[in-house]
Amino acid sequence: MSAPNTFRTGPDEAGHFGIFGGRYVAETLMPLILELEEAYGAAKADPAFRAEFDYFLAHYAGRPSALYFAERLTEELGGAKIYFKRDELNHTGSHKINNCLGQILLARRMGKKRIIAETGAGQHGVATATVCARFNLSCTIYMGETDIERQQPNVFRMKLLGAEVVPVKSGSRTLKDAMNEALRDWVTNVETTYYLIGTAAGPHPYPAMVRDFQSVIGRETREQMMEAEGRLPDSLVACIGGGSNAIGLFHPFLDETSVQMYAVEAAGEGIETGKHAASISAGRPGVLHGNRTFLLQDSDGQITEADSISAGLDYPGIGPEHAWLHDTGRVNYVSATDKEALAAFKLCSRIEGIIPALEPAHALAHVIRFAPTLPKDHLMVMNMCGRGDKDVFSVAKYLGTEL
Amino acid sequence: MSAPDRITARFAALKAEGRAGLVTFITAGDPDFDTSLEILSGLPAAGADVIELGMPFSDPMADGPAIQASSLRALHAGQNMIKTLDMVRRFRERDATTPIVLMGYYNPIYIYGNERFLKDAKDAGVDGLIVVDLPPEEDTELCLPALKAGIHFIRLATPTTDDKRMGKVLTNTSGFIYYVSITGITGTRAADAGDVGGRVAGLRRRTDLPIAVGFGIKTPEQAAAIARVADAAVVGSALVEVIRAGLDAGGKAGTALVKDALSYVSVLAGGVRAARG
Repeated sequence: MSAPNTFRTGPDEAGHFGIFGGRYVAETLMPLILELEEAYGAAKADPAFRAEFDYFLAHYAGRPSALYFAERLTEELGGAKIYFKRDELNHTGSHKINNCLGQILLARRMGKKRIIAETGAGQHGVATATVCARFNLSCTIYMGETDIERQQPNVFRMKLLGAEVVPVKSGSRTLKDAMNEALRDWVTNVETTYYLIGTAAGPHPYPAMVRDFQSVIGRETREQMMEAEGRLPDSLVACIGGGSNAIGLFHPFLDETSVQMYAVEAAGEGIETGKHAASISAGRPGVLHGNRTFLLQDSDGQITEADSISAGLDYPGIGPEHAWLHDTGRVNYVSATDKEALAAFKLCSRIEGIIPALEPAHALAHVIRFAPTLPKDHLMVMNMCGRGDKDVFSVAKYLGTEL
Repeated sequence: MSAPDRITARFAALKAEGRAGLVTFITAGDPDFDTSLEILSGLPAAGADVIELGMPFSDPMADGPAIQASSLRALHAGQNMIKTLDMVRRFRERDATTPIVLMGYYNPIYIYGNERFLKDAKDAGVDGLIVVDLPPEEDTELCLPALKAGIHFIRLATPTTDDKRMGKVLTNTSGFIYYVSITGITGTRAADAGDVGGRVAGLRRRTDLPIAVGFGIKTPEQAAAIARVADAAVVGSALVEVIRAGLDAGGKAGTALVKDALSYVSVLAGGVRAARG
């Protein structure tokens, strides 16, 4: 495929990024998707909406997040100069709040009274419950039973914030099934309900809208790097499940040809074992949850279960823009196993005093492999998109420690 | 469309008889291939005028618990697209007139290959397709090629489909229109027959296609109420529930399963046939 002149103009009017994306939804939802697209278009063009979003990002989420030189990690690895974009310092502990603030302001503009969302690790559920509490909107979160078990602290948080958490018992009882249930709820309660999707996937306009709200990560990184080093970074690294933190970091840099980008999928117990969540490395194009993208599936087109120690990466698909960025070769999609992520989790805690979430621990695993091979003047930014408080119980269990 | 195709012929015959039709849905391969084929083969004699045969999918986003479970039963029993098309082929060996509409989600078709699917479906004796997650916005994908291949593409219209949008929904629709009487997933609640009557009358002003109405119909009385205002009543989840109830403790087909399913269809057909009497 020949490279386009710009990587930043997608999607087209029908929501396609190349062959990916689109609007593959039931007719009941189609009028809502179109209404949402129109409402988002109007909000985006309205300076008052932008100002309100910026206000809440600054005063409620605590942006800008710091760009931090990870000096000890850099010394330890002995190669590239490593920076962390500290999105784990945001209110609610991850990048998810950026998107939730954008969408809740939009839902309010649209006059919706009830918010539903799916969650895997619970970070998006917590962020959604948080903004619903702040804006006094009813909140229902769908969460797979398997995830509820391994993310108890977040379940409790959501309930404290006033959300109803509905356990999903169908299918593999993880993120994809939570998304199925949220879609079923939406089809049933179309008039009153706003579906606040947590990642840059789903039917158009969600992938583009979530990307736009998350792009604050990349815009800040660009400014902060110019200030710290007087030039652009040489490489960007982010973990990827659905891909919202990665696209948020990458998008403002897509047309800077000197900037290399690495998105790190969850390889679970190893891609060769079949127990993983690496949709691009081991999946192929298909249609699910409203968009065409890379999916883990069998030869009959049945979706297979994803597997990862990180609930937030445990999804058999990936955002459609990522599928396209993979096809065009602009972004490199690599993977890290549970074991590599855990080693990175421990190393970062010990030498940087930052306990990362298991999701960015996958990105860090790639940094650990990659940075030592690079010269010392190579500037690398890794998105520390979430903090690890929520994971300490499951990591302790994995390491055989009783808490 | 090569005339007279089975769907058009069947609705013309129903009109001549002065009655509405009964459309029944089962999932192909539920609870296993042989039992499912036996039910399928018995449906016309039990009173089904049109058959919707579900192509099982792992993630049926628009379906309620009954059809989700039937899809999983079929997949666990080893059903796949090749077997579903084989089932239609074997049905056709003995029934040349009852229309079969394959219903499901796009991904299994896409992975089978659209062109190959349309050819094999046509050869097997499939008359129409309902693909839940392919709205008119994605018509170039499968709808237009299907029409070209001589397979009807039946579209769902819903209570959220407003006047402006209805034109778009009707444009490339053929065979019949499936009016989904509620906003929601399959098999949950039934619509008020009075509301449905108004919507069907509105639809009739926009199209000459037959109008089938479904979602939430469980009893012969409900089927009859729909049969008074529409050209056909669709029963899916309730029939699939009868199949589930016929499973033994180990989840295999019980001895009375096929008989119970077909008796239930006969009762519904009785309701539909008596509706305008």
